[in-house]
Amino acid sequence: MSPLPTFSTMAPEAGLKQAMSLSRPDIIETMKQSGLKGRGGAGFPTGMKWNFAAAAQAAEKFVICNADEGEPGTFKDRVILQEHADLVFEGMTIAGKAIGARSGIVFLRGEYTYLRPQLEAVLDKRRKQKLLGKDILGSDLEFDIRIFMGAGAYICGEETALIEALEGFRGEPRNRPPFPVNTGFLGRPSVVNNVETLASAACILQKGADWWKATGTANSTGIKIFSVSGDCEKPGVYEFPMGITVAQLLKEVGGVGAKAVQVGGASGLCIPASQFKRIIAFEDIPTGGSIIVFGQQRDMLDVLHNFLDFFVDESCGQCTPCRLGNRKLLEGVELLREGKCSMAYLQELCALGDTMQIASKCGLGQSSPSAFLSVVKNFREELMGRTYSHV
Amino acid sequence: MSPTPIQETGSRAPKSQQSLTIARSAGDEAIGGTVTASINGQEVKVPLGTTILAAAEKIGVRIPTLCHHPDLCVAGVCRVCVVEVEGQRTLQAACAFPITSPIKVLTHTRKVRQSRRHVIDLLLSEHYGECYACGRNNNCELQGLAKEYGVDFFRFGHPSKPKYEIDRSSYSVIRDNDKCVLCRRCVRTCIDLQEVGTIEVAGRSDKSYITTFKDKPLGDVVCINCGQCINRCPTGALRANDPTDEVWAAIDDPKKHVVIQTAPSPRAAIGECFGLEPGAPLTYELNTALRMCGFDRIFDTNFTADLTIIEEGTELILRLYKALVGKDANIALPQFTSCSPGWVKYLEHFYAEYIPNLSSAKSPQQMFGAVIKTYYAEKHGIDPKDIITVALMPCSAKKFECNRSEMDDSGYKDVDYGLTTRELAKMISEAGLELPKLPKSDFDAPFGTATGSGVIFGATGGVMEAALRTVIELVTGTKVESLFEKANIIPVRGFEGVKYVELPINEVGPVPDILKHLVPDWNWLKGATLKVAVAHGTANAKKVMEDIKAGGKFSECHFIEFMGCPGGCIGGGGQPIPTSPEIRSARAKAIYAEDAAYEVRKSHENPDVLTIYNEFLTDGPCGHKSHKLLHTHYVPRGKYIE
Repeated sequence: MSPLPTFSTMAPEAGLKQAMSLSRPDIIETMKQSGLKGRGGAGFPTGMKWNFAAAAQAAEKFVICNADEGEPGTFKDRVILQEHADLVFEGMTIAGKAIGARSGIVFLRGEYTYLRPQLEAVLDKRRKQKLLGKDILGSDLEFDIRIFMGAGAYICGEETALIEALEGFRGEPRNRPPFPVNTGFLGRPSVVNNVETLASAACILQKGADWWKATGTANSTGIKIFSVSGDCEKPGVYEFPMGITVAQLLKEVGGVGAKAVQVGGASGLCIPASQFKRIIAFEDIPTGGSIIVFGQQRDMLDVLHNFLDFFVDESCGQCTPCRLGNRKLLEGVELLREGKCSMAYLQELCALGDTMQIASKCGLGQSSPSAFLSVVKNFREELMGRTYSHV
Repeated sequence: MSPTPIQETGSRAPKSQQSLTIARSAGDEAIGGTVTASINGQEVKVPLGTTILAAAEKIGVRIPTLCHHPDLCVAGVCRVCVVEVEGQRTLQAACAFPITSPIKVLTHTRKVRQSRRHVIDLLLSEHYGECYACGRNNNCELQGLAKEYGVDFFRFGHPSKPKYEIDRSSYSVIRDNDKCVLCRRCVRTCIDLQEVGTIEVAGRSDKSYITTFKDKPLGDVVCINCGQCINRCPTGALRANDPTDEVWAAIDDPKKHVVIQTAPSPRAAIGECFGLEPGAPLTYELNTALRMCGFDRIFDTNFTADLTIIEEGTELILRLYKALVGKDANIALPQFTSCSPGWVKYLEHFYAEYIPNLSSAKSPQQMFGAVIKTYYAEKHGIDPKDIITVALMPCSAKKFECNRSEMDDSGYKDVDYGLTTRELAKMISEAGLELPKLPKSDFDAPFGTATGSGVIFGATGGVMEAALRTVIELVTGTKVESLFEKANIIPVRGFEGVKYVELPINEVGPVPDILKHLVPDWNWLKGATLKVAVAHGTANAKKVMEDIKAGGKFSECHFIEFMGCPGGCIGGGGQPIPTSPEIRSARAKAIYAEDAAYEVRKSHENPDVLTIYNEFLTDGPCGHKSHKLLHTHYVPRGKYIE
């Protein structure tokens, strides 16, 4: 059975055909009605994003598919691209019509180079079927898609860094505003959407906003694809409704009895067992889909060390809080492990984490201390025993 | 979220580091293109797209900055300038946030103060070295921030040993990455302001660092030595190669005859190192200070600036004569000025095929060196081997220039040491002198007379103006004042990036004595239109060169002045720090004021210049002897580094 039941049951190109029969404002209205929020993790309303790009005046616009899936513990976009590439490209074409773009670009993670031939074959097939290129489905719509290979930097998942990389520069986030919907690739209005967002958009156009809204919560509508890994019996890719509790999810994946669950990858939150009743939704625990289960035997300091080591490697180095803050947090974890971190310094590091969350230039530095802060908060007793107490 | 298109800048820099100038239509202001922001409860009305930083400045609210610089595009990377904007979860960089709707800003809340303090603490945790052992002590922006935010301990530690080797490979610029705070001002200066692109960020995260192509030493890459990066470095990570110890040693050696020449731009700026406002020239106080420091003779570089005008102007006339009358297709035109060593090296790297267009005349600094160790030495019976020539220059590239291997036509190294304005200020302080309070005194003979034309070499357009004053008079036989009021050739003045001027030659006069051996008459110039242009900063030079390559209007020019630095020499890489458009403008005003005060304002009327042609360079301008001593050749370097 497919791990992606909703995507699997879609009729081919029904969403695109529906979009062809709608005006641009109607497509955007459908998206707004559906309440779909960005599946990359930030949760920006997709309809609103398309609307901004549609409203921007420019001779040229772009639809960019963010397939730079790099969050630790995330692999669902890979499966979507492997099994439902058509749906993703269909979503991109719909977005192209909605905002008035003729070009689409898939920014494909460097590590997914092996997927490229297969994706190119799908694109070729779609061109032959008149689903891409000029006069799509006999209409006057023109839209084509090309694939751009990333080179392996995590930061390029950040949309403005992704655009910088597309333009041939170092992958580093831009100042915002202006936002990509106004000033994106080559200075042109650009919509950057996650793989899953685009596939979901195709579903919404096919089945309607009400159908989508029927699943999930009021603030977080529809289904969500999860990448589940860690200490559970059935790791893999799952489709769940938005608003599922952590406990329900653990039950499905055979992770009951876990000590903690990291929701949202390394930059997400570490949820202790006492909070497993919380729901996974933008209004409570937001996520891009990464679920990492930690069993009782896990040392939370090891978990933190692993995450921070990742961020120390992957920070672009542009802004001070992220470039040096992650290093200081990592060193703090090492001090804790050695029993050399005083309570006062731990508090200092938490304050530094707060600063990183609000003063970093982009989402990387703003979210990288989340795991540290939530572990210190939620596993206080486990850590307290390891602080240096000769005061 | 209102539409915020950014202007096309044509810059090579990535957009993550580019200006967010909001494009506004011409009538925008008139139809209410302004927006009101509330800053700490105080309302301020600003044009749409103004940054929070600029709006705050307008009402006297100070927001600290580090990566921001008035000459450079926005970076928003240091995060020192963060402020709270109502409705935003995160703090915003005031330098990078354009105000496009009414917003409420708070600039010193607890969150803001704590974040700034953390940023400073983090920077200090990586900043190796002690302030008292740093050339930027008391003029360091990081030190200033630490003081402003009351840093009294190293919250996140402080490095006890260096991580990088100091790069001393360049004659001009020294790089000390251990003091670098990664604000990237140098990168933006090099790639965006100057469009040279010698330095970049390499590596990621806390392993990122500023470096050159393939980590080559700075002396081995396409660096043009302009030193603009030094002027914009907030710390001591970039500095000029400082020869003051050697200069003191020469002064202290009784056997050495130490001669210093001073250029006009440092004189217009050195007061800034002694607390004066920019634009207060201290030319004559400086003479007194230099004597008190122990220099044996003090000469005015303006003398050889005048000499340069005669030599370079003659060369231009010869080129035009050969091209127009002799129909010699091999004559390279337009002729380019060659007095800016940053520009010269830029051309050698990036447009080496245009080396024939460069005037072969040496720069005033190098002419002076050659003249001192020959003419002056002979005249005063001093063995040139005992003469040390020092040049006070606004420039870091002059250090490279005086070390060029071909600069030894006197039989010795023509100029021994190039001192920057900053370095001389340090020597004066070390001698215990309060420069602004010193009495005035004059330059020494035999090069005591200078003209206003030499002075204005310091500002962009100055060389062109000086050349035009002379060429117009020599060719037309009429006073330049009859064409331009008070001989002020306004069209070539000012900070516009590229200036283009056409001067029709309606009348010609008799050929003056000094040029009689070169041209029989001026009739071939009658009715011609002299086309000249002026470009300052290599980014503007690049525009002109690309136009010439494409056969555009600049390829039709006869003479083009190029200066490597924005603003010309007054904005040179050896000038006091900080720099800004306002500061450079004030220095330029001082220079033009000095010019206006001179009795003699045209190079060809300088009596000392006429004397040297009578006594020493007896075969005249561009003659055999002047060619040996006052002219040079160039090296095609190319832009590809092994």
